[in-house]
Amino acid sequence: MNSQLIHFAYLASAVLLILGMRGLASAKTAPRGNLIASVGMLIAIVATLLIRQVVDFTVVFAGIVVGSGIGVVLARRIEMTAMPQMVALLNGFGGGASALVATAEYLTYVRTETTPEGVVPYAIVAGLLIGNVTFTGSIVAFAKLQELMRSAAVTYPGQNFVNGLIALSVLVLGGMVVAGVSGLTPYWVLAAVSLVLGVLLVIPIGGADMPVVISLLNSYSGLAACATGFVLGNSGLVISGSLVGASGLILTKIMCDAMNRSISNVLFGAFGAASEQAGGGEGGGEQRTAKGYTPEDAAVIFANARSVIVVPGYGMAVAQAQHAVRELGDLLRADGISVKYAIHPVAGRMPGHMNVLLAEADVPYESLIEMDEINPEFPETDVALIIGANDVVNPQARTEKGSPIYGMPILDADRAQNVFVIKRSMNPGFAGIQNPLFFNDNTMMIFGDAKKVVLSIIEAVKAFH
Amino acid sequence: MLDDPAVALTIFTLSIFVGFEVISKVPPLLHTPLMSGSNAISGITIVGAILAAGHEDRTISTVLGFIAIVFATINVVGGFLVTHRMLEMFQTKKRP
Repeated sequence: MNSQLIHFAYLASAVLLILGMRGLASAKTAPRGNLIASVGMLIAIVATLLIRQVVDFTVVFAGIVVGSGIGVVLARRIEMTAMPQMVALLNGFGGGASALVATAEYLTYVRTETTPEGVVPYAIVAGLLIGNVTFTGSIVAFAKLQELMRSAAVTYPGQNFVNGLIALSVLVLGGMVVAGVSGLTPYWVLAAVSLVLGVLLVIPIGGADMPVVISLLNSYSGLAACATGFVLGNSGLVISGSLVGASGLILTKIMCDAMNRSISNVLFGAFGAASEQAGGGEGGGEQRTAKGYTPEDAAVIFANARSVIVVPGYGMAVAQAQHAVRELGDLLRADGISVKYAIHPVAGRMPGHMNVLLAEADVPYESLIEMDEINPEFPETDVALIIGANDVVNPQARTEKGSPIYGMPILDADRAQNVFVIKRSMNPGFAGIQNPLFFNDNTMMIFGDAKKVVLSIIEAVKAFH
Repeated sequence: MLDDPAVALTIFTLSIFVGFEVISKVPPLLHTPLMSGSNAISGITIVGAILAAGHEDRTISTVLGFIAIVFATINVVGGFLVTHRMLEMFQTKKRP
């Protein structure tokens, strides 16, 4: 097919991808948007197959068949609670693919004894570097989320020094590749160093900061694709890659703002590691004790309540409690009680994590309310039911200047008339600090697994009728 | 196809702006599907992988291209399907 037509096909594909993403502006139009975007992708793939230099279709189709098989199984089988891992894994595959493409192109230049010109050598280095960092970084993020490794921040002395050294060597090696000195060696060393860099960048980041990391890796996977677009001089890749790059960056910023922390603090601050170590001997400072209650106590309170706001957190995901939570909500609604869900932007392990879980359990999305919108409603609410959330409802963020979470916007659950907290134990949350909310006079703790506790509350409410 | 780097850079810059405009309209409700969907789009690197693997002479680049196609296809197919699965859940259903 002539190259002008292929160019138009890429343009059409890019337009469809943009329109598809625009569809995500509302839940109603989103499924159609996703469909439009996938058609855009299909057009790009077909157009590429028609480019004259593509002649060996066996390898291409074999790859597509194998990849589709794995993709379909992953997408069908994955539990909604495991969505953060899934996205981390997909980011990694995208980054890895881009690094491989950059390498394949580089080797072709070397084999044909031609020199890449203009931006191409820089783009090759960028594609390799960003792609490899995304690949191993995502694998570490996956391992942390899947709890194949400790999800807490891993730190060692001289960490930032080591990272600085690696950053410096990346610059030198990249320069050598661009300049074309010393043959292939600098390229392979750069490949290895960037793989190590991906691991080192993600290990010092703790579990609850994963929303930021996943957003950032998402952005990287787009930028890596973009770099290969510059290598190949392919406009389709450049446009789509930069769309994803922009998308990931926006989400990264939203997540950082929701924690009142800078991106560098999240990436290099090893948050939670230091205070966790210090937290061992703590607890002696405050002699107040939290009051334990039973599901039956909750049923009595609910019987007199008119409004309830549920505050879900990562604990709900871990206990797979979303269906039980929805059932309780239905039961209370049947009694004429207003039930809403307050969603903190960083609740869970990835942007929007709680929304997806509750939607899976058939909670209508109109009752999932964002933080700024729901906060004024807490004082007039009879019961705030906190399920497996901790730092996002910690009032220290408002008052304690010395607290690591000071200034973080929180859900004002403590201002509700009654507060129930369902929690495994009194262990502090991710930030490694105690939560004064648990000791308030209007706070009632119910200890146990979120799902079991919610199910017993349901039983108790039914028995109370 | 894009021999002039200035043109490529122009396209890149403008696309970033388009990306910011489009994405900032996505509500927090849909942030997870946004991530998996944009994930699928980053699988566009499959275009590069096909070009690398489809060369007429089979070399080490063919092997790398093949692995890249597998990776990118997982990204594209897995990403779009799982996004679809999630978005279906956000549709208002008739409940008993």
